[in-house]
Amino acid sequence: MTIATIETVPTGVPMELARGRGGGGPAPKRIVVAYGFWIFILSDIVMFSGLFAAYAVLAGNTAGGPTGRELFNLRNVFIETMCLLFSSYTCGLGALSAERRQPGRFLVFAALTFVLGAAFLAIEASEFAGMVEKGAGPGRSGFLSAFFTLVGTHGVHVTSGLIWLIYLVAQVIVKGLRAAVLRRLLCWSLFWHALDIVWVGVFTLVYLMGDFR
Amino acid sequence: MTDGRDRVFDDRTPGVEHQESTANFLSYTAGLGLAILLTIVSFVVSQTHLLWPPGIPVGLLVLAFAQIGVHLVFFLHLGSGSDNTNNILALAFGVLIVFLIIAGSIWITTNLYENMMP
Repeated sequence: MTIATIETVPTGVPMELARGRGGGGPAPKRIVVAYGFWIFILSDIVMFSGLFAAYAVLAGNTAGGPTGRELFNLRNVFIETMCLLFSSYTCGLGALSAERRQPGRFLVFAALTFVLGAAFLAIEASEFAGMVEKGAGPGRSGFLSAFFTLVGTHGVHVTSGLIWLIYLVAQVIVKGLRAAVLRRLLCWSLFWHALDIVWVGVFTLVYLMGDFR
Repeated sequence: MTDGRDRVFDDRTPGVEHQESTANFLSYTAGLGLAILLTIVSFVVSQTHLLWPPGIPVGLLVLAFAQIGVHLVFFLHLGSGSDNTNNILALAFGVLIVFLIIAGSIWITTNLYENMMP
């Protein structure tokens, strides 16, 4: 299959000429970068699945200590969920503004995303501190060890996402929305959306399943 | 190959929508609305007896899968388009591994518990 063949195809391009199916030459860098990062995200989710499995196995082992029903405050969890969901939304709109080369709008959405992510972390941190105060720290029981590992790892991911966002905003301000910066922004937005997907698993399996009536 | 036709040959990547901008904004907003709806239903189902109580865990799982699907389609733009094959294949492999780890761990450990001395 040569380029000449492709050039003579005006419309209705045959499937076998699409890139990624052996025709049309190598894919653009943007596609390759995002695909590689997609593979990383999937491996990160596989790591989370190990923590989910540990939690599912240990959830009943409270060793006479407090259970999830006594510890969890679903109102806070709902607010956390909404923070993360709306930050995913503003992250998407920010990526959209970056694509359209609107740095001002991008900065506004990035700031919103940061504030919502930070609010999520603040609620989570106060929840953890309250639990440790009540004597329900990670050392209390197998259930709490698994809980703090799973939810804490997600929190660490959110924290690193926020640090990464500051770094990218600085790049946008200094370098502008050039192609390399846009590729980094694309990777970051994939990371942020993936964290929200992991959180769906966390609030369902940990909080709601641990506290349904 | 640099004109509009170039796009026809391009693979797609998660997170990028190759459509006009209005459709894009609408897709994020629709995704947000659906995700909020599913979240609220999840919380309501877990706190009330709208569902038959023994069926609540299954109901919650179904709602979680639905919401993950909404995130993948509306936020990550992983559709069923023919040029999305690579992304979907990688995702399918990831889902397989996640399923094996979680279901396998629960299965093995439940079996161990059953065989433990009381």
